[in-house]
Amino acid sequence: MTAWYQSWGLSYEWSWLFATVTGILLIAFPLMLAVAMIIYADRKIWAAIALRRGPNVVGPFGLLQSFADGLKVFLKETIVPTGANKGLFLIAPIITFTVALIVWAVIPFDYGVVLADINVGLLYVLAASSLGVYGIIAAGWASNSKYPFFSALRAAAQMVSYEVSIGFVLISVVLYANTFNLTGIVLQQQGHIFGLFNGFGFNPLLFPMAVVFLISSMAETFRTPFDLTEAESELVAGFQTEYSSMSFALFWLGEYGNVILMCALNALLFWGGWLPPLNVDLIPWFDIPGILWLFAKMMFFFFVFSWVRATVPRYRYDQLMRLGWKIFLPMSIFFVIIVSGWLMLTRYGVAA
Amino acid sequence: MIGLIAFYLFATVTIASAIAVIFARNPVHSVLWLILAFFNAAGLMLIAGAEFIALLLIIVYVGAVAVLFLFVVMMLDVDFAALRSGFTRNLPFGLLIALVLLAEIIIAVSAWRAGPALSGAGPREAAQPNIEALGQALYTRFLYPFEIAGLILLVAMIGAIVLTHRSRSDRRPQSASRQIGRRPEDAVELANPPVGEGMKL
Repeated sequence: MTAWYQSWGLSYEWSWLFATVTGILLIAFPLMLAVAMIIYADRKIWAAIALRRGPNVVGPFGLLQSFADGLKVFLKETIVPTGANKGLFLIAPIITFTVALIVWAVIPFDYGVVLADINVGLLYVLAASSLGVYGIIAAGWASNSKYPFFSALRAAAQMVSYEVSIGFVLISVVLYANTFNLTGIVLQQQGHIFGLFNGFGFNPLLFPMAVVFLISSMAETFRTPFDLTEAESELVAGFQTEYSSMSFALFWLGEYGNVILMCALNALLFWGGWLPPLNVDLIPWFDIPGILWLFAKMMFFFFVFSWVRATVPRYRYDQLMRLGWKIFLPMSIFFVIIVSGWLMLTRYGVAA
Repeated sequence: MIGLIAFYLFATVTIASAIAVIFARNPVHSVLWLILAFFNAAGLMLIAGAEFIALLLIIVYVGAVAVLFLFVVMMLDVDFAALRSGFTRNLPFGLLIALVLLAEIIIAVSAWRAGPALSGAGPREAAQPNIEALGQALYTRFLYPFEIAGLILLVAMIGAIVLTHRSRSDRRPQSASRQIGRRPEDAVELANPPVGEGMKL
């Protein structure tokens, strides 16, 4: 895109700046729209499973419900509690929202359709997602209120524990793909099993890791079986208790942005990203655009997220910690050893 | 141009937030400034072409160590007056450490004058990604130090667990497998006691 701006007679620096800003806007605006629609989808799926109707008043089929909610939130008054630490209290939702957005810079939507094609893409994702906890901790502490503070402590412990196993899961993927670049990881999945199936998830050595990653990604985004941070029966509304108006909305946008991101990561890392599931050209005269495959996979994973949210009861906190530290961590370490041993055997011979 | 702007941005914010770490009155603010300093230091490393180290700094220090730091500092009941009263007492020691650090920086800078970092030229275009280069160095030339470091860390980890672990006899831990393995047949018994006899448990 830089070249396109340069063809208009701009200098390299300015066209680089414009190209980057355009790229960011091209990702951020559709993402905001997607968040609005995904909140609607979440409520509809949940309603359908609970034999209710869900939002059906605003717009056709209630499609505009999220925008009505957004407008309502936007028009409300921002309340800052007198006991709150003002600066941090206002910065916290901004941190959450920004961190949820910056990860999208390295997500490839199709071959070459990526804002920053860096060679440590996966590490960048890990780094950015580990920052997400600061918004929550800052919010909980700055509110100067007991329940948000408990929630912040829970969030910190939960995120740190699940990030450990996510890290090991990602390492086994990286071992197979031989690269940290997300585009490279997706390309390595082409015809991964017998040249027929696209996706690391079809590999029996990596399928358990795909499951661990799916569950950990739910824990990482504080979705329902793991939503101890906002368990309304114990903590009022968790770290968001003291928030209102736009700062509250920013938390929501960030949270659902993270959920969509985790769906995208599940699709990219284990299920072939923008590649079709089968490495066979079934329709020779037409190729389904890769981005549609990616979106279809993301929607499937979001459906799984909603499904789990609607059916699985909330974990107790000690159960959550047990799952993270005593089951997922040993399991993922074990699979890292198995995967590296297998790759050593098949790629380099035994005693290389 | 863009690199220059980014360098001055990161450098200024790093120094400013490092100063703020010392002068912030609230320890939680200090930790948050420290995190900002880490973050910008990672940005500086990114400019120097060490993208792996930069991201590792964020993942390990910002993402894990500083979170636990913040965790502890937030939960501490800090007496600010007592904290500040120690300032004059610790001043000589602090100055000594500052002097040592200054000397180290001067020595390091003069030793590196010939290197690429301060010679004014940009970093050389790397022939291979950071991670591969680092891996090759670690697993060939520095194999033994690397393995020994790993062993020391393992010992430290086990030591930490041993030191903090205490077996208590007064608690009854739950057995998850027993809880999951429980079936309605074992848990519920339907009884039909005759009138006037009651139940025997």
